[in-house]
Amino acid sequence: MYSFEDVLLTIAGCGLVTWLSRTAPFFLLKKLSLPKAAVEYISFVPVVILSALWFSSWFHGEPGHLPEPDIENMAASLPAAVSAVLSKNLLVTVITGIVSMAVVRWVLG
Amino acid sequence: MSVEENLQFMYNKKHLSVFCIKGLEDVYFMEGGTGLTENLDVRSAVKETLPTIFGYIGIGLAFGMVGKAAGFSTGVIFLMSAVIYAGSAQFVTVGMLASQSPVLSIIFSTFLINSRMILMGMALAPYFKKESMFRNMVTGTLLTDESFVLGMNKLQYTDHRLSFSWFHTVNFLSYATWVLSSAAGAVIGGFWGDPRSAGLDFAVTAMFIGLLYLQVMSDRSKAPCLQYLLVGMTLILTYTGMFFVPPGLLVLYVTLTGCGIGMVMRRVFF
Repeated sequence: MYSFEDVLLTIAGCGLVTWLSRTAPFFLLKKLSLPKAAVEYISFVPVVILSALWFSSWFHGEPGHLPEPDIENMAASLPAAVSAVLSKNLLVTVITGIVSMAVVRWVLG
Repeated sequence: MSVEENLQFMYNKKHLSVFCIKGLEDVYFMEGGTGLTENLDVRSAVKETLPTIFGYIGIGLAFGMVGKAAGFSTGVIFLMSAVIYAGSAQFVTVGMLASQSPVLSIIFSTFLINSRMILMGMALAPYFKKESMFRNMVTGTLLTDESFVLGMNKLQYTDHRLSFSWFHTVNFLSYATWVLSSAAGAVIGGFWGDPRSAGLDFAVTAMFIGLLYLQVMSDRSKAPCLQYLLVGMTLILTYTGMFFVPPGLLVLYVTLTGCGIGMVMRRVFF
């Protein structure tokens, strides 16, 4: 588990890089442009990182071993995904996910 | 677009890291029904920010509750919102901290997600050229997806002018709302008790699922089909990655590889 200092360091680091991304163009005050390929590469980050965070909850693995499926997380993901598509609303999706997980654990004992 | 669709659109922008390849102004332009006027004073700024405020409150509350469910204190959640101030990156930070990712890979991921701010800043900075360096810094520091959208739309009503007092009012109200509602969400989340027993630990994953779907829906620069294929590829990358990548570096490995695969797929098939 992370220490309190690690968490603070993470917050400070994340805050700094975000602040730099926000203010740099205003400091430079002129149109500089990133290479087109870099912009395109970056544009895939949200979809990939969100999927990766989701799917990494489906398995537990260590290098050199066969990853073990996490049935609870897989089962609870389905209703959450369906509610995301139907409601297009974050809060509804989160609540559906929480309730699904509670039901899954109750069923699987 | 109707007012409701506009609101939904703005709402989606908050947590979705929307990237635009070209023509930022065109992509973000909303037609009619925005309630925007030609006035650039504080009063009209307050009035025009209100529709977006509800978006911040909903997601801020959700962030506070999710953060609490992931085991963070109200103080840490407050600090995250006050210091990082970036919806989707904060959710990712919470998720990666919970999965024990190395600090540097969390910071790098945050940078990747928020690098879209560079593009927004570049589109906006020219309108503040005459303002002082300090005011430019303040404007950039509190810039958000919504305030950018609002500013880009405001241009259509003000003969392509923006003022510091108008924009800073929009930015400041957004910041205050975000920080306060995430702290409120953390306090509310504190009454839940043991997160695991009630399935609350799944809140973070459910949030990622919701964010992912809204992201696919709102990114008009890519075919949904390409994005869903990429989601499938990510599943394969995540599973196979577990054979040789240490758990803490998995998300970073999958992200860096997956983005490259996305670029290749787009060029070859789309």
